[in-house]
Amino acid sequence: MMRPEEGVMQSRAQAIHALFDILADQPVIICNGFPSREAQKIKDRAGTFYMIGSMGVAASIGLGLALAQPDQQVVVFDGDGNVLMGMGTLATIGAVRPKNLTHVVFDNEVYGTTGNQPSYSRVVRLDQVAKAAGYATVERVWEREDIMYEFKHMLANDGPHFLLIKVNEQIEDADRVALDPPEITKRFRAAVGQG
Amino acid sequence: MAMIESDDFVKALEDIGFDFFTGVPDTILGGIIEVLSDRRLYTPSVREDEAVAMAAGAFLGGKIPVVLMQNSGLGNAMNVLMSLHLIYRIPCLLIISWRGFEGKDAPEHLVMGQTMPQLMETIKIPYRTLSSETLVDDLRWTAQTFMDQRIPVALFLKKGVVKTIQP
Repeated sequence: MMRPEEGVMQSRAQAIHALFDILADQPVIICNGFPSREAQKIKDRAGTFYMIGSMGVAASIGLGLALAQPDQQVVVFDGDGNVLMGMGTLATIGAVRPKNLTHVVFDNEVYGTTGNQPSYSRVVRLDQVAKAAGYATVERVWEREDIMYEFKHMLANDGPHFLLIKVNEQIEDADRVALDPPEITKRFRAAVGQG
Repeated sequence: MAMIESDDFVKALEDIGFDFFTGVPDTILGGIIEVLSDRRLYTPSVREDEAVAMAAGAFLGGKIPVVLMQNSGLGNAMNVLMSLHLIYRIPCLLIISWRGFEGKDAPEHLVMGQTMPQLMETIKIPYRTLSSETLVDDLRWTAQTFMDQRIPVALFLKKGVVKTIQP
């Protein structure tokens, strides 16, 4: 059965394109797996921290960065499997309430990097979990113009924000992250003024 | 042997540059966390893997982070330490309470209490066991290792070394 949003749903790569069109030099933490690989292919930037392991903690890294640099708008690109793994962190963010954190979740309802095994996000509404946890803004979108409108609005206002983007299962053909991890650390720290 | 005051311990950490504190509580760590919380230096975590990841984010943003945890939480933190900190060269100080030391604790602490040093050696995280006599040298070693190796470094904290609040 086709879901109502299916016809106009973006791929994650298309959604990442749309977000990068809006981003200037804000630091971005991207979860492991294909999200990092696709982001690197679409637009490699020094202010992007590509995760290659430690599934489930992208938002925790983002929170630490947001607390360390309250004047920077910190953005996290996350996935549904990742959020489910580190769901306690939604509570931490909801309680600590950093104004400068925007948590974007690409929700394709599967573990796409490992062969599309279904995730519980098809029955558990992660946006509602974030709302209950206390995020200041929570939006659930799937069309390109809504993605761009909400993301722009979030970057310009006090958070923490949670942007759930329903995406299809399509994966972009993208190589593994090319940089060595210590190089990612060094380059990212320089980009956020700590080099 | 004189016990270290929690307040003095926190000041000693600040003196060598540590300026970001998170963690998950343990009774042995209670006094330190109380001082940190009173001074609004502490952001509580809900899990130890979240705590070490938050510390990593803080380091990326220019902070010198400390994570406090019970050694049971070391199990929770292990994957993040191995697939984030150790491979990305992201340092932090782990202050780990040593529950189950010499087998004198509740059953759930005994296996970790016995194997913790070997676990750290296996994943190559340098550690020391803190004492009031060696505090100054332990902290100097901590700062040196942190800066030189850019990896997590651990201080084990046994019961009765730093004063704590009554649970």
